[in-house]
Amino acid sequence: MEKSLNLTLKVWRQAGPKAKGSFETYKVENISTDASFLEMIDILNEKLIGDHKEPIAFDHDCREGICGMCSMYINGHPHGPDGEITTCQLHMRNFSDGETITIEPWRSAAFPVIKDLMVDRSAYDKIIQAGGYVSINTGGTPDANAIPISKVNADEAMDAASCIGCGACAAACKNGSAMLFVSAKVSQLALLPQGRVEAAHRAKAMIAKMDELGFGNCTNTGACEAECPKNVSISHIARMNREFLGAKFKD
Amino acid sequence: MANKEETTKVENILTRQDAKIPEGPLAEKWSNYKAHQKLVNPANKRRLDIIVVGTGLAGASAAASLAELGFNVLNFCIQDSPRRAHSIAAQGGINAAKNYQNDGDSVYRLFYDTIKGGDYRAREANVYRLAEVSNNIIDQCVAQGVPFARDYGGLLDNRSFGGAQVSRTFYAKGQTGQQLLLGAYSALSRQVGKGTVKLYARYEMLDVVIIDGRARGIIARNLVTGKVERFFAHAVVVGTGGYGNTFFLSTNAMASNGSAAIQMYKKGAYFANPAFAQIHPTCIPVHGDYQSKLTLMSESLRNDGRIWVPKKKEDAEAIRAGRLKPTDLKEEDRDYYLERRYPAFGNLVPRDVASRAAKERCDAGFGVGNTGLAVYLDFSEAIDRLGENVVRARYGNLFQMYEKIVDDNPYKTPMMIYPAIHYTMGGIWVDYELQTSVKGLFCIGEANFSDHGANRLGASALMQGLADGYFVLPYTIQNYLADQIRVPRISTDSKEFDEAEKAINDRINKIMSIQGKYSVDHLHRELGLIMWDYVGMGRTAEGLKIGLEKIAQVRKDFWTNVYVPGNADNLNVELEKALRLADFIETGDLMARDALLREESCGGHFREEYQTPEGEALRDDDKFAYVSCWKYKGEGQEPELVKEPLDYEFIVRQQRNYKA
Repeated sequence: MEKSLNLTLKVWRQAGPKAKGSFETYKVENISTDASFLEMIDILNEKLIGDHKEPIAFDHDCREGICGMCSMYINGHPHGPDGEITTCQLHMRNFSDGETITIEPWRSAAFPVIKDLMVDRSAYDKIIQAGGYVSINTGGTPDANAIPISKVNADEAMDAASCIGCGACAAACKNGSAMLFVSAKVSQLALLPQGRVEAAHRAKAMIAKMDELGFGNCTNTGACEAECPKNVSISHIARMNREFLGAKFKD
Repeated sequence: MANKEETTKVENILTRQDAKIPEGPLAEKWSNYKAHQKLVNPANKRRLDIIVVGTGLAGASAAASLAELGFNVLNFCIQDSPRRAHSIAAQGGINAAKNYQNDGDSVYRLFYDTIKGGDYRAREANVYRLAEVSNNIIDQCVAQGVPFARDYGGLLDNRSFGGAQVSRTFYAKGQTGQQLLLGAYSALSRQVGKGTVKLYARYEMLDVVIIDGRARGIIARNLVTGKVERFFAHAVVVGTGGYGNTFFLSTNAMASNGSAAIQMYKKGAYFANPAFAQIHPTCIPVHGDYQSKLTLMSESLRNDGRIWVPKKKEDAEAIRAGRLKPTDLKEEDRDYYLERRYPAFGNLVPRDVASRAAKERCDAGFGVGNTGLAVYLDFSEAIDRLGENVVRARYGNLFQMYEKIVDDNPYKTPMMIYPAIHYTMGGIWVDYELQTSVKGLFCIGEANFSDHGANRLGASALMQGLADGYFVLPYTIQNYLADQIRVPRISTDSKEFDEAEKAINDRINKIMSIQGKYSVDHLHRELGLIMWDYVGMGRTAEGLKIGLEKIAQVRKDFWTNVYVPGNADNLNVELEKALRLADFIETGDLMARDALLREESCGGHFREEYQTPEGEALRDDDKFAYVSCWKYKGEGQEPELVKEPLDYEFIVRQQRNYKA
């Protein structure tokens, strides 16, 4: 049943990439438990605009859990306390009246803050540009049913491919490692015959780029998997390591 | 005098030659075109720059394919990464005429279903080409590593979708749009890595620059620094999606907007069929005035869910007040209104019909939910018949999504749903080459008007976006560029760029200087309510006229009383929203104008004055078998109507019937 909440928000405000940031405290009142977390921020922003203050900058777009644009570290968790969802799908019924909520941007060396809660995740794009594809041009491809693929492999490739590139894995990792993100793409393409041809090269190129961009190493703490809104499994990291080691042995 | 009048009349008609429809039988038009078009040789391709705005299915596939061919591509996206374009949210699937199921499908049948689904308001030649290249798309995506669903033999699986008698829909779980977009994104990323595409993320196009009658570049704002920048190209391609967010609440993403379309329109491109917007019947209803967007529940749910409202008004009132639960209501007290009105198709009538029927019941006072603007989608009968596990296997992910948002368990109590704006069939007018009425300016994907007529069938949007980007534009744009190989790169210091940038800065300064009392969202919500009430599912001449007046009032409020905080030479989200809202107001005006002109009902456009005695859409082919194109005549001026007649050579138009 719908109720309303009065909350205290501690929000990270930072004017720009080089500026020094700090927490600002805001009170919001009569927030419906049916509102989404981002709608709660919208309400706060409308209030700030009404007071001629600058609204909080944050990333968001589809608001249905698939584009991967929304971020926010909420009470110490990427995408907040509820499981298997993004911040835009988090609803206020997960909080209690009178609670203080702490909201921060992704904190990771490779994701510098742009403003307030907005960070630069272009490092993920650069990793994909280094090899997260099958090297084919448009046209001239064989019939889609020319190569049968086992349902098991196709389904596992699909699970890996469900990654939304939000960055929660690297943000959650104490080492700031992007291994879950990178392995999801390496794994998806290694499982399919179309991607198999370049599997070794791909693993090496993407891992080299990841290292170059300042992401940390994996120490198997599993925080990435626990915080992934799409349940991408760390078994993909194991598969990527096999691909990578196999490629290195061949070198 | 008579002669003069006739000349004016002829000027306002677009002929088959204007639309560049190739000669010959339907099935040979595209082959004929390709056989005779001009091409650009590899050495010259390197000397030609192409701007592609947008990185959705159409934009990303076009940018990647053009770069593979050897052109220099500049690709712009509004999000922080091209992978986040709203194509990513498409759930159901993509159609193709592969006939892998051996169930009688063919290119012709896909063409026919699409034309009929669009209520005979699309161009035959375009739709046939779309059906023709649909098979190439599936081949392309599989080669990229798109993990489509497969059966145990390892071959691709198919689903059925509305408006077809065959299973031709390819899918990847409930995330087909995501997987197809990531495929196009990977192809694009490969070209970015090679340096053939220069990517501009967090940039928003603010105008197209015309030099000597041809599109030669754009003005775009860097959303991080606030800087307004200039970009030259030999041709400009726009794939920026639809304008559904005119309604404020829609299934579109928050940044989805119609501004690029309005910019093109103001530079001479026709805006075609703006009234044709699709209202999807199964969305999670509005639950409060703080709501920011609407979430779609897949059309597939109507296979097993039954739609109903209480039969008695007092029961509906009790439910709204929370005194009665839907599960308490006896079978005889429920009105399964779709089954009652449409015995032959029942809950599986097309989207436009289901949406209108839900509105009719709610308007009559039978709606449920705390707002009274919702109907039930009930799975209890399906759970009794199939068992909860089967229902879970079919729809589990959708039920989970619903429960997270609404906090109700749809296995135990019926879902609540209500229609919402989803997709816009109208858009910028393009000829067969996807070129707008401005030379060198091309428009692809949902942003153009081309293939869906007055109603789009499920699983056809993904098909069109990728057809345009992978297999149509990379051919047709060469026919234009072949004449441009001697054109040197034009400096962005030229006077046309100066003027365009000045106009943008003036507009930004004007908005920043108003410092009024209304926030952008406040005015946008107001516009949305007007659109929904007067330009929504049930339109009347009287209502549309009121709507036009009210839109004019919002325009006035905006330009005299909007408040944008901060400054323009910085990251300023409110300013971005304000610039988009100014254009949504113009789009809303065009939609209402077009709806008023079109005195018939067809597809998603329903004029209450034009219906059959049973309340069905009544087309008027004698008077309205044309594309209505709107030509900009200057600020404060009425736009001019230009018609492109839809002379059907190959298909006979019929009335759609879902009752028997």
